[in-house]
Amino acid sequence: MIAINSKTEGLIEWLTLVGEVDASSSIELDKAMEASLKNGTKKLLVNCEGLEYISSAGLGVFMSYLEPFRKSGVRMVIYGLNDKVMNVFSILGLDELIKIATNQEDAQTVIDQA
Amino acid sequence: MKKKTIIQISTFLAAIAWILVIFTDLSLLFSTTNNLKPGIGAQVPLVMLYVFIFAIFFFYRYRIEKAESVNFTDLLWQVFVTGLVTTIISLLLRLVVLVLGTSQLTINPLFLDFIFLTNLGLMLSFIIATFMVWKRLILYQKSKRLLNLWVVFEYGLLISLVLDLVPIDLPEYVLTTLRVVLILLGLVLSVNMKWVAYLNFRQKWRSLLLIFLGLFYLVYFFWSVSSAAVDLSARSEYFLDFSDSTFIIATVAFVFIYALFSLLVILFNLPTSSVFEQKLEEVVNFQRLSQSIQTEQSEERVFDILLETAMSTVFADAGYLEIHQDDGKSKFIKSNIDPEGILNFQASFRECKLKIVKELGLDKTKYQSAIKGSPYKSVLYSPIYIRNNPVAVLVLLKDVTDGFNREMTRIVDTFTNQAGISIENFRLLRDALENERYKETIKIAKKVQKSLLPEKLNHNEDFEIAALSEAADEVGGDYYDTIRLDPDRVVLIIGDVSGKGTSAAFQMSQMKGVFLSLAQLDPSPGDFMIWANNALSLSLEKKFFITASYFIIDQKEKKVTFARAGHCPTLFYSKKDNKVLTFKSKGLGLGILRNGEYKNYVEVNTYKYNPSDVLLMYTDGVTEARNESGEEFGFERLKSFLDKANGYSPDEIRANLAEQLLNFTGKGIIDDDYTMLVVKFREN
Repeated sequence: MIAINSKTEGLIEWLTLVGEVDASSSIELDKAMEASLKNGTKKLLVNCEGLEYISSAGLGVFMSYLEPFRKSGVRMVIYGLNDKVMNVFSILGLDELIKIATNQEDAQTVIDQA
Repeated sequence: MKKKTIIQISTFLAAIAWILVIFTDLSLLFSTTNNLKPGIGAQVPLVMLYVFIFAIFFFYRYRIEKAESVNFTDLLWQVFVTGLVTTIISLLLRLVVLVLGTSQLTINPLFLDFIFLTNLGLMLSFIIATFMVWKRLILYQKSKRLLNLWVVFEYGLLISLVLDLVPIDLPEYVLTTLRVVLILLGLVLSVNMKWVAYLNFRQKWRSLLLIFLGLFYLVYFFWSVSSAAVDLSARSEYFLDFSDSTFIIATVAFVFIYALFSLLVILFNLPTSSVFEQKLEEVVNFQRLSQSIQTEQSEERVFDILLETAMSTVFADAGYLEIHQDDGKSKFIKSNIDPEGILNFQASFRECKLKIVKELGLDKTKYQSAIKGSPYKSVLYSPIYIRNNPVAVLVLLKDVTDGFNREMTRIVDTFTNQAGISIENFRLLRDALENERYKETIKIAKKVQKSLLPEKLNHNEDFEIAALSEAADEVGGDYYDTIRLDPDRVVLIIGDVSGKGTSAAFQMSQMKGVFLSLAQLDPSPGDFMIWANNALSLSLEKKFFITASYFIIDQKEKKVTFARAGHCPTLFYSKKDNKVLTFKSKGLGLGILRNGEYKNYVEVNTYKYNPSDVLLMYTDGVTEARNESGEEFGFERLKSFLDKANGYSPDEIRANLAEQLLNFTGKGIIDDDYTMLVVKFREN
């Protein structure tokens, strides 16, 4: 089960993920990211402080938006990953493709660098 | 004894008895009229007559009473035929007498006695035949009480027969009482007329005619026998008098009363006959509807039968079924009405309010008796529900006002209820069959997928290998395989498709194809990953990726060369260092980057191996297996397992790990595919 909360402040859209992303809840994550893409969001911050677990299906969602985001010029930074989730991202090698920040401040700095 | 034999014997006996009756009676008469001493007792003709009665009784008992299912009109037909035959014979005799005129013979007592006896015999045959038919009709719907009463009646008749025969003079009042009792019994039995209700209109008319003719024969015989007796008594003192016979009086009275009652009951039942017929038809229609589920092949047939039976039951002029379909449109099954007629009717129908029938809790069927602006003046409207969802509406129409009543509404309501049940059953059956088919398909998929994993693993002289793979669902997305490139080198691969279940299984088969094609070309592990990523980028679905590790074990160089593509880091136990190492090199999962930049994200590493070293490859199903409290088995636990278990053979290591995994998860489930591949290098 996952709860996804979205809010926009200025140019930045915040997605807050709370819970677990498995095969079934990954569909909601997909919808949320699809919506961000359609909104014309250019700066997306994903708060993963409440994310307890992510399955390969959830990683598949993040992965599938790499290319569309790049094409539309969307910058995405995710932050607040716990060790376990971070480990999953790094084993797959996604940490090399997605900007991952340790906390919110960090994330804001990273996203404003562009 | 067989029925046929009894009938034959009784026929024979009746004939003999009859000849003897005539012969003995005539000889007695002859003796008395000529003042000779008779050579036989005066009782002999009477005894013979009763033997005849018994024989006839048995004859008809087996001809009529024991006959297998005969319908009512057939039974009455038998009465009629018997009556006809006997009457014709009697009339022929009368004709003979008429032709002879007032000759000497016609006033001869002997001849008169012969005529009398013949008529008596014919009458008795007819009466006993009729008696048997009446018995069957009375006992058509029998109860214990009725049966007992009948037995009493029959025994009473038997007693009267014996009393007639035995030459003792009973006081007159005893005989009178017996007669009255027997006649009353016959009267009481005669009220059992249930069979009449089962006759339809035509049968009733036929029965009326047959019984009327039967009554006519009876009256004719009674009259002709009585008049013959009177004639005879005028000329001779002696003759076989039957007017005192309690048996004959009681039997004739019973036969007459029942015939009369039947006649009247049928007559009075004629006007209501159509109602009974209709009720019967309703029952039959209802049965047909409920049976249609077992025999019919489609829902449409059930609907057809519903419309047909409902229309014929309430005598509707037109009707249609509006079936709600999944796509929101309606399908119509029509009878005596065209699509335009339905549209016209629906337009005028919307204007009026329906009376709702709420009797007996049936509150869904409605009817309306006056509709304006439509050729149809009355409508009966009955929705069909399946689990409280309306699936169709039955609409019956009549071109007269007040065409439907509450009774009809209730019947149609039961019909639509039954149709709803039938269709629900039908759908359940269809779903069950479909499920069965899916299960079968999944079974096949499982078999096919099992065949995608290698039955036998390749190895060289330097190592032994063991593997285990379990899918969370029927099919899974884990993959491992081996190829022996040359005598020295063996390729190993372990892979995991993102997600699980059927879709993962399909992607996994692509991975197998990619592996088997590319590995033949003997690329470096890094090149393999690059090519595999290219191939899978073209074929994998957008949100899918595959993680894999690719190893080449070279026994000449004693080294393992490998590349990792986002896969769980392989554990390596080094005997020399007595330590578990992690092969965690840089490497991105396959299918994540599909734009040609992948080559920047893969690296190749080489390790030298020594005897007794162990390689443990696995998928994330192992490390992510959870126990009841949600805790994961984890990487550290796996590492410490290998630290302890490295002394065993690959088979044992695999078995131990599987056991430990199951112990850890306990009642929790491993809801992901998991695979382990154990390689152990031989000691020298």
